[in-house]
Amino acid sequence: MNNMTQIKHHLTDQLLIGYAAGTLPEAFNLVVATHLSMCDSCRAAAQAYDVIGGAFLETDAQASMDEGALEETLALIGKGPSAAKPMAASDVPSPLRAYIGGGLGDVKWRSVGMGVRQAVLSTSKSATARLLYIPAGAAVPDHGHRGTELTLVLQGAFRDATARFAAGDVEVANEDLNHTPVAEIGEDCICLAATDAPLRFNSWIPRMAQPFLRI
Amino acid sequence: MFGILDRSHETGASEYQVPYGALKPIPPHYQKANTPTVKKIVPQNTWVEHLKRIQADQDQRAFAELFAHFAPRVKAFLMKSGASPSMAEECTQEVMATLWHKAHLFDPSRASVATWIFTIARNKKIDALRKQRRPEPENLEWGPEAEPEAADILVLQQESQQLTQAMTALPSQQRELIEKAYFGDLSHSEIAAETGLPLGTIKSRLRLALSKLRQTMK
Repeated sequence: MNNMTQIKHHLTDQLLIGYAAGTLPEAFNLVVATHLSMCDSCRAAAQAYDVIGGAFLETDAQASMDEGALEETLALIGKGPSAAKPMAASDVPSPLRAYIGGGLGDVKWRSVGMGVRQAVLSTSKSATARLLYIPAGAAVPDHGHRGTELTLVLQGAFRDATARFAAGDVEVANEDLNHTPVAEIGEDCICLAATDAPLRFNSWIPRMAQPFLRI
Repeated sequence: MFGILDRSHETGASEYQVPYGALKPIPPHYQKANTPTVKKIVPQNTWVEHLKRIQADQDQRAFAELFAHFAPRVKAFLMKSGASPSMAEECTQEVMATLWHKAHLFDPSRASVATWIFTIARNKKIDALRKQRRPEPENLEWGPEAEPEAADILVLQQESQQLTQAMTALPSQQRELIEKAYFGDLSHSEIAAETGLPLGTIKSRLRLALSKLRQTMK
């Protein structure tokens, strides 16, 4: 993941604040955390919003702890830390690794037609996260969005009407954008995508298939 | 494990000693927020050393002082976020226990202690209140041979404190808006990107800290 100098498309401040405040759906947090692992400028920005959180903590209200709270906490400490799961090295950043259970080779892909494959990742229900595999030169069916869609490129590159997105780049799409992402020739494109509302496909067949695809 | 209460504050952490005299004076409202005992023993800006003492010496006295200052703040944060008093109490104890166990991961060139505790408390909120997993970015740590420079620690700690001061100086409407965002009263799509706070300096400082860290990791 050494492409951070080339990243051109970053997260919005709105998403970074939501990530720091802890108010985003889990699927969005996953995209944000994966992008932050690849992009130091967004990581620094996210940490700046953590500083605001710390400043609130420092200057805001206090609530008295129960009697004996310190002793109880020390007893809790005496029980040792909760075991951290060791994670094997892999070709994806660690936040994503935890959801795949390994690297890109471990993903259980399902075909969604036209050579495009996807794997839905298990997150809380308020938004959906999935991996998309777009063969070089292939297109994801034209679609619009009701809510917000984040698409982070992990490998290869895609283009749509707005720009070119390469590894580490993230596209933040909203209701105004109808697009047909096309993977560039040369390398298959793998993306991590999250939406907080179902996509709207603009042709008849994908719309029929939508309930089965869960995208 | 805890038989070393006495040797607490003389030991450890000398290499983390930061010339705190160089820091700006703490604003009056800030001191009001401190519990009286804590205020006399430890000015707020020595928390970095407290954490180092916990890490190096399992120093219970340092922990008790940190606890007295931060636990009531964490508890209030969790209650504002929707936890019942008993749940907030339990979660706060877990947050403070995490602080102890993860003290070795605290990097004073990249976060103030208040910032770091906020992130632990926020993650606890997501875990316990929202019942979600919290994906965190890839961990970046100093290797065994390298550690942050004292000057970098000082500047980062100073800038974090200046931001805290700037926040107390915000018009109350502005502050309320940020507060709503941080306590979950605004959905992510409602949060405005403009905080009204001067974040440019600390962003470049944090960016620099990351690039120094990356250099040692290569």
